Amino acid sequence: MAACCSPPSAPAPQGAESVNKVRYFGIGAAALALWLVAYTGIIPVAQWVTFSLLSLAPGGQLAAAVEFFVYDTAKILLLLVLLIYVLAWMRATLNIERVRDYLAGKGRAVGYLAGAGFGAVTPFCSCSSIPLFLGFTMARIPVGITMSFLITSPLVNEVAVVLLWGLLGWKFTLVYVTVGMLAGIVGGVVMDVLRAERWLQPFLLDAMREDAQRHKEGDASASATAASAAPAAMTLMQRHHFALYEMTSITRRVWLWVIVGVGLGAALHGFVPQAWFEEHLSAGQWWSVPLAVGIGIPLYTNVTGIIPIMESLLLKGLPVGTTLAFCMSTVAASLPEVLMLKQVMTWRLLTLFIGVLLVIFTLIGWFFNAAQGFIF
Amino acid sequence: MEIKVLGTGCAKCDEAKALVEKIVQECGVTASVIKVSDLGEIMKLGVLSTPGIVVDNVVKCTGRLPSADEVRQWIMPA
Repeated sequence: MAACCSPPSAPAPQGAESVNKVRYFGIGAAALALWLVAYTGIIPVAQWVTFSLLSLAPGGQLAAAVEFFVYDTAKILLLLVLLIYVLAWMRATLNIERVRDYLAGKGRAVGYLAGAGFGAVTPFCSCSSIPLFLGFTMARIPVGITMSFLITSPLVNEVAVVLLWGLLGWKFTLVYVTVGMLAGIVGGVVMDVLRAERWLQPFLLDAMREDAQRHKEGDASASATAASAAPAAMTLMQRHHFALYEMTSITRRVWLWVIVGVGLGAALHGFVPQAWFEEHLSAGQWWSVPLAVGIGIPLYTNVTGIIPIMESLLLKGLPVGTTLAFCMSTVAASLPEVLMLKQVMTWRLLTLFIGVLLVIFTLIGWFFNAAQGFIF
Repeated sequence: MEIKVLGTGCAKCDEAKALVEKIVQECGVTASVIKVSDLGEIMKLGVLSTPGIVVDNVVKCTGRLPSADEVRQWIMPA
C-alpha cells in the first residue's frame, strides 16, 4: 500500500526515457517477428489440422469447411490483434471533443463529408452515441451532420478495412468504404433537407433553446460545450497503454463474433451448393435486395463478424449488390442502437432514420447488382 | 473529494468505476465515487464520449479507460 500512495515521481530523467524507448521498440520488434512467423504458418497449420489431425477426405465438403474455418479464424485473429494495436496507437490523441470542435464551425458542404470522414476513423463505444448526439447538437452542429457521423461510424472502421483488404482485396475494400461514406453523407443531407431537427425529443429542443438564449445574453460560462478534457500530447508509454487496452478489449469483445462468423462462413463454403444462391437470389429478381435489407436492419452484428459472412456469400455467387446491401444494413442499424436513440429522437425521427437507411441500402444494392460486370 | 464516473451502462464504464474505486481505496483518500448515468448531467458537463471521469467537477478524462497512474495523479495532490 505504501508504494501506491506515494505521489507519482517526477518525470524520469532523460536517460531513463531513452532506455524505455529502446526497451519498447526492442520488445515490439520481437513481438512483430513472432507474429510474422505465426502468420506464414497459417496455411500449413490449417492443412495439417484438416488432413493429418482430423484425417478428412481431401476434396470433400467437410474438409473444405474445416480448412476454411481454421485458416480464416487464425488469419483474422492475427490481423485483428496487430492492426488494432497499430491503428489505436496512431489515433490515441484523436478524441470526440476535437471532432466536435472541428465540426461546430464548418458549413454544410464540408460538414457532411467531414462528419462521415470522422465517423469512419473514430471508433467509439456505442453507449456513447447518446452523449455524443447531445454534445454535437448542443454545439449547434446540424442534425444531419451528426447523423452522417453516426451512420458511418459503425460501418467503416479500421478493423473492417483491414479485414476486408485481407479477405476480399483492395478493390472491394475501396468500394465498401466509398459506399459507406456516401451512405453517411446522403443520409445526413436527407435528414437536414427534411428538417429532421423538428422531431428531436422535446427536452433536447428545450435545452437547445435555453442554451441559445444564454449565449445571446452573453453568459458564456453556462454553455454546455466544455473545452476538451485531456491535452492533446501523449507520451510513448501513454500511447502504448491506450493501444494495448484497445487491442485487448476489442479482441475480447469480438473474438466470439469472429468464430461464429467464420464458422457460418465455413458452413456456407463447404455445404451450400453454388446453385442454391443462383436459383433463389440471383441479380435478376429485384425484390431480393429490399428483402435482404429488410432482414438486415433489425439484425445486430458487429462489423467484424459480418465480414467472413460477406466473403462466403460472395464466393457462393450471391450478387455483389445484394451482399453489400444486406451486410451494411445489418451493421448500420440495430435494435439496441434504435432503443438508445429513442432517448433523443421521437418515433417519427427514428422511423425516418430507418427508412432513409432502407432506401439508401436498397439503391446501393440495385446499383451494384447492375454494375457488377463493369466493376469487378 | 467527489469523483463522478459518467457512463450509460456499457462494460467500459463499469470498468472505469471499478478502477477508480480500487485506486481510491489503495491510496486511502477520502473520496466519494458516484456513477452518473443521467444524460442531462453528462450533457451539462460537456462530456461527449463515455466513460468520463470527473474529479471535483473538473473533467479529467473522456472516451477511454485511464491508466492506474493517471487516476493516482488526479487524486493525489501534487
